[in-house]
Formats: sequence, structure tokens, C-alpha cells
Amino acid sequence: MTARRALIGLAAVLLVALPLWVPGNYDISVGSEILIYAIFALSVDLLIGFAGLVSLGHAGLFSLAGYTLAVCLGAGFGQPAAIALALAVALAGTAVFAALSLRTTGVGFIMITLALGQIMWGLAYRWVGLTGGDNGISVSARPAPFGISLAVPSHFYEATLIVFAGAVFAYRVFVESPFGASLRGTRDQPRRMTALGYNVWMIRFSAFMVSGLLAAIAGILFVFRAEFISPPTAALTASAEPVLMAISGGSGTILGPIVGAALVELVKNVASAYISRWNMLLGGTFVVIVMFMPEGLVPGTMRLLRRRFGARPPAPVVAAGTAERKPPP
Amino acid sequence: MTALAIRGLRKSFGGLRVTQGVDLAVAPGERRLIIGPNGAGKTTLFNLIAGDLRADSGSVALFGTEIAGLPARRRAHLGLARTYQIITLFPKDTLLRNVTLSLLGLSGLRWNPFVRLDRQHALIAQARHALGRVGLADMADRPLAETSYGERRRVEIAMALAQSPRVLLLDEPFAGLSIDERRDVAALLAEVPREITIVMIEHDMDVALEFADRISVMHFGAVVVDGTRAEVVADPRTREIYLGE
Repeated sequence: MTARRALIGLAAVLLVALPLWVPGNYDISVGSEILIYAIFALSVDLLIGFAGLVSLGHAGLFSLAGYTLAVCLGAGFGQPAAIALALAVALAGTAVFAALSLRTTGVGFIMITLALGQIMWGLAYRWVGLTGGDNGISVSARPAPFGISLAVPSHFYEATLIVFAGAVFAYRVFVESPFGASLRGTRDQPRRMTALGYNVWMIRFSAFMVSGLLAAIAGILFVFRAEFISPPTAALTASAEPVLMAISGGSGTILGPIVGAALVELVKNVASAYISRWNMLLGGTFVVIVMFMPEGLVPGTMRLLRRRFGARPPAPVVAAGTAERKPPP
Repeated sequence: MTALAIRGLRKSFGGLRVTQGVDLAVAPGERRLIIGPNGAGKTTLFNLIAGDLRADSGSVALFGTEIAGLPARRRAHLGLARTYQIITLFPKDTLLRNVTLSLLGLSGLRWNPFVRLDRQHALIAQARHALGRVGLADMADRPLAETSYGERRRVEIAMALAQSPRVLLLDEPFAGLSIDERRDVAALLAEVPREITIVMIEHDMDVALEFADRISVMHFGAVVVDGTRAEVVADPRTREIYLGE
């Protein structure tokens, strides 16, 4: 327990001090992007890892928040109003996504979320009057809370880190709460849960709403970071990315999706400077992970440590057997 | 008042009429055994009572409250608990967590996303107590996957009893158990207080006959014979169904 506390403390210090130990502004910006995608991956994994529902449409929600923010800012709304509206619209969209897709589970659920995500992409691409179509929308102003300009990369990074830390803390409380236990119950034995008096549909719907809220937060941060949004943000590949992050890092854990997001974003933004075929490197990495650690990097590393040192290392953040869980196909 | 009153219950799967007008009345505190050959519709009847399946027509009343139209979760809140023929538990969780989930199902706490479940000491103490009732207190923190079949059966019963149901449905509680385990489970069920009405499907006559106050024989989706142990055993239709004479 103390070892785990020390590790978390060390990670926190390294994260807070990141602008001091990475070479330049670009790398600080990559740091922000990793945090944003980590929130997004956690959002998707709330459904995959804890509800047993694989969504391939979350980029639709991510970009719905992002586009709403960009459109509102373009229309002259103030920053707080634009952010509030972006969250509200994304939550309304999430309710529609959830109501339609939760009519089924398994492959049916994947296909419906995929179709809904594609509708959002189609709207972004074709509703030129609102979204600018292929040209996307540029956002010129980042907010300046308490007079601190987030246009400075290190300031933006620290602000993102604060949001990230809040999201991770809330996520942890959520998955270890009675509601989190109910949610995992619906993943493992929905029929039994119904017989025990649980409203399985409403539990899944509520989890979907929380997941949508996280995706929206990530989408808003994304637009502020890139100062731009265009249709690829809503594309199917953008929906698949957080799924891959969650599964490669370790679905059903908290650290897993964060590590997965870091892995993907580092390959995409750092390794791509040295290797032109970085996509192949990423694909190869996934193959290696699936072959040697099918449960994901974080639980897999835990397993190796356990075997190497015999003694139980700190349990993964979410206990109760999720680490032994096979990743969904 | 009747604990469980079933009238004209019907259910078809396509052209297959699985339940063809079942009538059944179980008194409060009674131990009722339901027997019948394979395919007689016993488990379907349980699924209709518990709400896993919706009846095509007919009525099911729990202490006078009509429940046939209610979803399964509402029936649980009205005091109906069940075990499954094929054990249906949470294999990755500990025994304690399994029973805790059962208690949580009837508690308003189940919607709370802001507190830690492992700090809900009252609830967890209650779950430990329920495991103690089935003699599994010292195994509470073991993962379910590391327990034997007989122990899992007892966990199932602990989960059902933890909810303090008014009517408990047991679907073949002795199936797949060794002789010793059967004796344990039978002793356990004998200790269940009479506030809980029990309806049991069972093939093992040695244990079940002793347990039952009354017996209902099902055949082709209907209750054919209904009465005390002696009446049912003496009834020629029972012999006909079981021996095909």
C-alpha cells in the first residue's frame, strides 16, 4: 500500500513538473494531448470494462461537444456559456445514443453505436453551413481562467492536468461505489441482477451518461488544444482509437486506459518524427500486446511482477477480479 | 391469504404450449415440492413466477398482489427470491461480494455513485451474517471461482435468504451435489424460518419428500396431481406419469 502511494506520488510530481523536464513547447502540447485522450479512453472503458458494452461511436459524442463549442464560440458566446452549452448538447446526444443502442447488447450494441457515430461524422462533413464541412472550424481563443492565459502551452497543460486529475478521482470513486458494483454485476450476470431487484437497463443508461460526460469533457479540451475541429474528429477511426487504447492498456482498470492513451499518442506524435511508417509500428505494438499480454499492459505487467517476485504487488486500482478478465473481442 | 396463488397461467413458445393453464395455491409458510418428468414445464413455471418470462395469460398473485405484469426486478422488491437450476453467480467476485450484491439489490444504496462500497460496514456485516447462516463465514473473502459446486449452491441460497424473501423459489437445489452436500443443504433448508414460504422443484425424492408439506405433480405443462405426500404417492396418475403404466 505504501509502495503504491509512493508510486502515485512520484507520477503526480512528474506530471505536474512535465513542462520542466520535456524539451519544448511541442512536447508539452503532446503531454496535454495524452491527458485529453486518457480522459476519452476512460470514458469508453467505463462502458467496455465495467458494463461489458463496446461502443464504436464515442467519437460522435466527443466531436458533438467539440463542434458545439466551436460553433458557439464562433457565434460570439462567452467561454463559460459555450462550454456549458457544449456539455449540455453532448449529454442530450448521449441520451439519444444510449436510448437507441441499449435496446441490445453485444454485437448489436457495437453496430448501433457505430452507425450513430457515422451519422455524427456525416453531419460534420455535410452540414457545411454549420460545421464548415471539410474545412472545419477554427477557434481562436482559449479561455483565461483567473486571468491566466491558457494560450501558453505550459499553462494549458497544467489546466488540462487539473481537469484530468479531477476526472480520474471522480472515476475512481464511481467505479468503487455501490453503483459501480451494480454496473459490474450487470456486465457479468444481467439476468441474475434483474432477479436480485436491479434495473439493468437504467444502470446501463446511467453509466452511458457518465461516459458521455467524460467524452464531452475530452472533446472540449481537444478543441481548445488544437484550436480547430474538422470531420476526421468524428470518424470511425477516431472512435476505434480509444477502444484500442483501453484494451491495449488494460480494460476494466483505471491505469490501463491512461497507459494505452500515452502509448498511442507517443507513437503517433513522437515516434512518427523518426519513423514514417509509424502506423505499422503501432499495429505491431498492438499485436505484441495481444500475444503476450492479452489482458492489457497494466494487468499483464502486474501478472509478470507477481510471477517474478512471488509476493503480491499492489493490486490494480480496481480489484475484484477485473484483472483476470479476458479483454472483449 | 395465499402466499402464492396462480390461476390459468399459460405460456407458448411459438406452437409449443409449455404451460397450459397452471393453477397452484401455496399457503404462507408452506413447503411445496413440484415434481414431474423432464419437459413438464417446471422451470418455465418458475420463470413465469419470477418474471424471467412473461405469461401469455393468467394471473400470479404474491400475498394478494398481482405480479404477472410486473418486471422481474419489481417482483424481487415485493419479496420473491429464487435460485437457478444452473448456478448463476458472479464468479470473479468473492463470496462476500456476491451476497453483498444481493443485499444491495433491495437497498436504495445501489444507485449511490459517491461512497465506497467497501466502507458500507452495516451492509457488509449483514452479508457476512448471511454467509454464516449457510456455514460459509470463514470462506467469505475467497473468490467464488475457488469454491466447490456444493459451496456455490450454498452461496446461492445465502443470497436468496439475505433478501428476506416472503416466497423463495428453489430450482433443483440438490442437483449435482454429493450425498454429504445434499445432507448439508437439506439441513440448511430445514432451518429456514416459516415466515419464508418455499416452493421447490426437485428430482431427488429421498431428500425432497421429507422436506415437503405438499406436492404438486406437473405433466405436459399442467398440474395433474396436488396433495399431501401420502395422497400424491397413492394417486394412480402419479404412478402413470412416472412409470408409464
